[in-house]
This record gives sequence, C-alpha cells and structure tokens, in this order.
Amino acid sequence: MTQSHVSLEQVSDQACLIRFGDDINEQTADQILWVTQQLRSLPSVQDLVPSYTTLLVTFDPDRTQGSALHNDINRIISSLSLDSSPRHQDRHTVVIPVYYGHEVGPDLDDVAKHCGLTPDEVIQRHSEQTYRAYATGFAPGFSFLGNTSAELHIPRKSTPRHKVPKGSVAIAENQTAVYPNVTPGGWQILGRTPTELIDWQSDNIGLIATGDQVRFKAISKEEFLALGGVLDGF
Amino acid sequence: MAFKVLKAGMLALIQDLGRYGYLSTGITTGGPMDEMAFRWANALLENSPNAAQIEITFGGLALEAQADASIAITGADLAATLNDKPLLPWQTYAVKKGDLLSFQQPVWGLRAYLAVKGGFLCEPTLGSVATVIREQLGGLKGNGHKLEKEDIIPYQEDQTFKQMRVPRAAIPNYGQSEIPVILSYQSSSFSEADKETFFSQEYTVSNHCDRMGYRMEGAAIGNDIKGITSEGIAYGAIQVPQDGQPIVLLRDRQTIGGYPKIGCITAYGGGVLSQQKPGDKIRFVLTSIEQAEQQRQLHMNQISQLG
Repeated sequence: MTQSHVSLEQVSDQACLIRFGDDINEQTADQILWVTQQLRSLPSVQDLVPSYTTLLVTFDPDRTQGSALHNDINRIISSLSLDSSPRHQDRHTVVIPVYYGHEVGPDLDDVAKHCGLTPDEVIQRHSEQTYRAYATGFAPGFSFLGNTSAELHIPRKSTPRHKVPKGSVAIAENQTAVYPNVTPGGWQILGRTPTELIDWQSDNIGLIATGDQVRFKAISKEEFLALGGVLDGF
Repeated sequence: MAFKVLKAGMLALIQDLGRYGYLSTGITTGGPMDEMAFRWANALLENSPNAAQIEITFGGLALEAQADASIAITGADLAATLNDKPLLPWQTYAVKKGDLLSFQQPVWGLRAYLAVKGGFLCEPTLGSVATVIREQLGGLKGNGHKLEKEDIIPYQEDQTFKQMRVPRAAIPNYGQSEIPVILSYQSSSFSEADKETFFSQEYTVSNHCDRMGYRMEGAAIGNDIKGITSEGIAYGAIQVPQDGQPIVLLRDRQTIGGYPKIGCITAYGGGVLSQQKPGDKIRFVLTSIEQAEQQRQLHMNQISQLG
C-alpha cells in the first residue's frame, strides 16, 4: 500500500481531509502518523486530527488558500512510501496500572458472561497484549486503543451511564480506553487506574498520544490505593 | 481598572479567536460563535484581532465600569444601555468610571460582543482565553466558568476615545435565512433525493442549540446510512444521525465522531446560524469552496479598510 490509496478532499473552507483507505491496521496508522509529522511544520496548518484511517487538517484561511495547501499536502503524500514510518522518538510505550476489582469494574461479570470467560480470564486477555492508540477524541485525553482480543468483543451498554468515574478502564466493540475525567459514557467498565491521564503542563496534554503503544498492568487493591486510587465514584 | 459583574445573565463568556493546536488531544477550539462580529469589535478599537472580548448570549448581563474605557459592541442587538441610555451595536462608545452597562434581551440576533480598548486582561490557558465550559478551560480564572456575579474583568484604563462605526453595508443581516453549505465528507452516500430535500426544505432551529452544535428539525434525510469509522470533525460539519435530523457542529464541537456528514457550512454561515434562536427557520444553500473563499475575502477586506 502506497500513496495510490491516499486521497485528499477539502471538506470546508477551513479544513481538508486526507483518507488512507478503509482498512484499520498498523501500517495505515504509521502512514497517518508520518504525514501528521510532516504537516506539523507548515505554518498555515492550525490543527491536525489523526484518526483510524483519516487525517483532518485545519488551516487558517487568512494565511493560505485551500488550493495552496493542497499542493503542500500532495507533495508530502507523493513522498509517502512503504517505509514511511513515524520517528521512533514520537512513539512511546505507556504502561497503565489497573485495579480490576468489582467495586471499580462493575461490568466485569457481565463482560465475562457475554464472552464465555471467567472474570480472571477477562482480566488476563485485557492485560496481556499491547494496544495502539489509533485516535484521541470524545473528551480531552480520551484515546481509542485497539484492537482488543476477539474474545473480548462486546457492544456498548444499551443505556450509557450518566457518570463514569475518572480513571475507569473500559472496553467496547474491538476497542479499549481509559476515561481521563468524569463524563457520561457507554463502555463496559473493567477496572480503574490511579494514573492521571491528563497533564496540563505537558506539550501533549494527554499521557497517551495517538500512535503510542499502551499496555495495562494488573495491580492489587493495596497497590491501587497506595498509588492514590480512589474506590468510590459511582 | 475593570468591569464588575452586577448581573451575570444567561451566558456571558470570555472569548478570543480560539484555542488552536490541541485538537489532536481531544481539546476543542472554542472561540467566538460569530467570528466576523468578534473581528469587527476588535477592529473598531484598533485592537489586535485576537484580543479578549465578552460574548453575551441572550442578555441579562449588567456591568459597572471601575475606570474609563473605550468599548465596542457588535453582533446581536441585545437592547444594551449605558446608564439607561440605549446603545446600538456596531459602533464604539466612551465609558466613564461608575457607568452602568447593561444588556437586556434580544431585539435582533442572539449573541453580542463587548470589546474594550486593549482587550480584557486574562491569563491564557493552553495559549488562549477562550472559555469552554465542558472542558473546564479558559475564561477569567482559566477554569472554564462563565462570568458570574461579583466577577472582576480587568482592562487597561483608556481615555483616547475615538468614534468609530461599521459601515451600514458591511453589517451582516441576521435575518438572512440562507446558510451556505459545501458538500463533502460522506455526501456521496446520500441519495440525490436526500440532497434535493436537504437543499429545498426549511429547517427549524430546535431547543437543542448551543456552542457545541445546532440541532435542526425538518425533513429527515439519509436515515439508512450507517455509521462510519470515527474521523476528525471540521468546524461547521453537518452530521446526520439515524433519525435524519441534521446537527451542525460549531465552536465547542467534539473533535472526532462516527456519524455520517453531508458537508460543512461555511465559517461565515456559522456566524449567521449562531445568531438564530430556537424556532427560527433557515435554508441550506449549496456553495463552492471558491465562493466561500471570495465571500470571506470580501468581509476581511471590509474589516481591514475600516478607518
């Protein structure tokens, strides 16, 4: 897969969308990250929103016309190759400690039942693999991590919760995520991390950036509390 | 040297042109719902284009001036008064220490902009003072709060008042019901009949309209189109959920989403739409990127030719 699968469309008077085909995979994600890095240096680019198969580029209409930006984007796309992988230093591995306990993971039993596993097996499947951050959105610092083991695929809850506690670790469809703050949410909650997902002082804001690798590490209730975790919130 | 808030009203927010560079972390831009009205207010006072202002939605705001100032009011006519004397928008006024400035209720449009010479002095969060309540970012204290009674909004004292007004021909017509749309995103997934309906029927602004988005009510379109892989949402994107009622996403929109989108309204159209209230009726009209660019250029030229 090279640039022949990549297309560019101006979607508004202030934004272009680059599409990288329909398949969600690591190679596509690498290419999106690479193009994101190349575009970041263009002064007329205001914002970049990488997602699973697309990259939204918003620009300042008072500094450039869409057509001029098209040329810059097309030049970058045409230099895209199979080897276009993002700079190593831009892909961190983040380890998130999780307490998978019933008092903080109220959907653990339902998920186990749905998947035909024991709760311990759910925890093991969830914490034994490395995920990729494909996109960030929904709320500040909320990263969509994929893909979960096929054994863990489960729909969102039919009725979303009004209030998902901060730090909740949850799954839905083939994705998993951590809720960085209290929000409404419909994902199935397995546990909770004591780790802060947002650092307002850092350049990235979010602990996890799109493109990062993420692992979950099961910890005990004692460790969770020692790391500053709180048990209430529902 | 500040305004003291005597009455907060429905929704008064500190805004600048917006918070840029953080969409990839899920943080939205915020910024003025009616960008051109905001730009005019700063231009009238020869401020920098990004100088902080107060966006007043609906009215009910009352301020006491604690020092002399030059102000500009643009956007909606919210029946503003200075010591009970009526003020018309789209011009500058001199304010003296002790004066009482109030915004009552909408006469024309929905959102007014109050600028002060030199801009309101607030500490930016992530490079911007734009208030986004949902994200607890920006505003007077950096925590995303709307203006509240007893708040003190600082500015530099100013006694160099200059009478300025926006030329009549350049004042936008908020009674205009046509909102220009660029077809894009998943527009090809919508049938010709759906597009015909979308561009020929009237849509009504529903009660669900806020800084995040305007939910419209009218003829349903494209209800058989499935969700898509989540992708970045541009300003003005028109997403169509399963019920077929379009939602126009504006300044405080979510950054990514998985509903199909028929296209985007233009930035100028977004300003006009933001001046509409629940129950107001609009029509979506097809435009091209070139036309949208020309229209913006025309407005930007008018602003730069002021004075």
